[in-house]
Amino acid sequence: MSDSVIRELDAASITNTVEELCIRANTELPADVHAALDSACAAEPWPLAKETLGLLQQNLCVAKEKDLPICQDTGMACVFVELGQDVHINGDLTAAVNEGVRRGYEKAYLRKSITGDPLRRVNTGDNTPAFLTVHLVPGNGCRITVAPKGAGSENMSRLAMLKPADGVQGVKDFVMETVRLAGANPCPPIVLGVGIGGSFDHCAALAKRALLRPLDEPNPDPYYAALERELLDAINATGFGPQGFGGQTTCLGVSIEWEPTHVACLPVAVNMSCHVTRRASADI
Amino acid sequence: MQYELTTPLTKEALAPLRAGDTVLLSGTVYTARDAAHARMNEALDRGEPLPFDLRGAAIYYVGPTPERPGCAIGAAGPTTSGRMDKFTPRLLDLGLACMIGKGKRDAAVKEAVVRCGAVYLAAIGGAGALMAGSVKSCEIIAWPDLGCEAVRRLTVEKMPLTVLLDPHGGDLYESGPAAYLAAQG
Repeated sequence: MSDSVIRELDAASITNTVEELCIRANTELPADVHAALDSACAAEPWPLAKETLGLLQQNLCVAKEKDLPICQDTGMACVFVELGQDVHINGDLTAAVNEGVRRGYEKAYLRKSITGDPLRRVNTGDNTPAFLTVHLVPGNGCRITVAPKGAGSENMSRLAMLKPADGVQGVKDFVMETVRLAGANPCPPIVLGVGIGGSFDHCAALAKRALLRPLDEPNPDPYYAALERELLDAINATGFGPQGFGGQTTCLGVSIEWEPTHVACLPVAVNMSCHVTRRASADI
Repeated sequence: MQYELTTPLTKEALAPLRAGDTVLLSGTVYTARDAAHARMNEALDRGEPLPFDLRGAAIYYVGPTPERPGCAIGAAGPTTSGRMDKFTPRLLDLGLACMIGKGKRDAAVKEAVVRCGAVYLAAIGGAGALMAGSVKSCEIIAWPDLGCEAVRRLTVEKMPLTVLLDPHGGDLYESGPAAYLAAQG
């Protein structure tokens, strides 16, 4: 039983939060991704790879000093709202989120990368619409995460409906095949979000959600945590290295999210991300 | 080896380059990515001139962020080059000497690079803030309606690049990881 009381929330406060998060996410790397890059650079034995990782670290400093986005692809604005079921929003949630994206991308000189129609391709000019996912949760809180997603890595993402008999080996093979096909396109060192199970659509959403988990937090289930570790080691054994120039550091982290699935299904999705895996969150 | 090159680029200047070498590039670089390539291709189909002279030119596959007042350019790292493969051999045959981007190219582009004595260079992907530092000026010269995809003329100074495809068939995406793995025994 929840004892939370109905809370009124102005759509304007959602707009303000989304605006601020769009700017923060694009200029400041999350602490866990920064730390993973630093430790990879310290451990990298191959000179060209170490030098390349050093340039990526330098890029983060320049972005901070000069108030520039870390990467020119400031992405699709993927916005995740964990909304307490005891919250009443005064106004239109979707419109409020889009307005926040519009303001944040304009104010901070971020790139407008959204085409209004996938085939007729005219830029919307303000980076809207946002790609909004709402999860209803108990209570009366409201937590918003903005995770801008660049296309270089997004385009290398894949989903397969495996056979149950393919088992965990089938999942590993599909992940490794996806990494090999991607090569240098997603700007390695990469970060992988992997979804296993669910339905076709849920599986892709799981992979995306996996990218929201900090790299220093393994899956709480030891079985999946071990699989994350095994995949990370296998990817780093390919020798692709930073930018695909060769080296030890191909991947900074693998996060797996899973769900129950049908007896006849084994969906697996890989959402590819890069060394600029961006996310910023705030509670309203 | 590190080479300092200035545009326009001749076959003779590019001939010594090998995959894995580094280049500091100065001079004029034109930006063009997906939509600009499609329009250049259509212009060629109609027999119309392109926004810039391809001979000896360098194209950077980039869509920068908007510049802040007083800055030449915003963040300006490379986009994935493979999306331009369909249009690239035609441009190389017309004299394009250098492409700057990231990611693998298809077999037709690799063949054309060798046939034309051209090079494909890597800028560091995802290092948009860092790459902006070598851009001294930026001017839109065609198709402003394309926004971040418009064709821009950049003046660059010692832009740090790495040779991915050289005029002799070398490919760093093959030789680089192979050399690392061989060294691990």
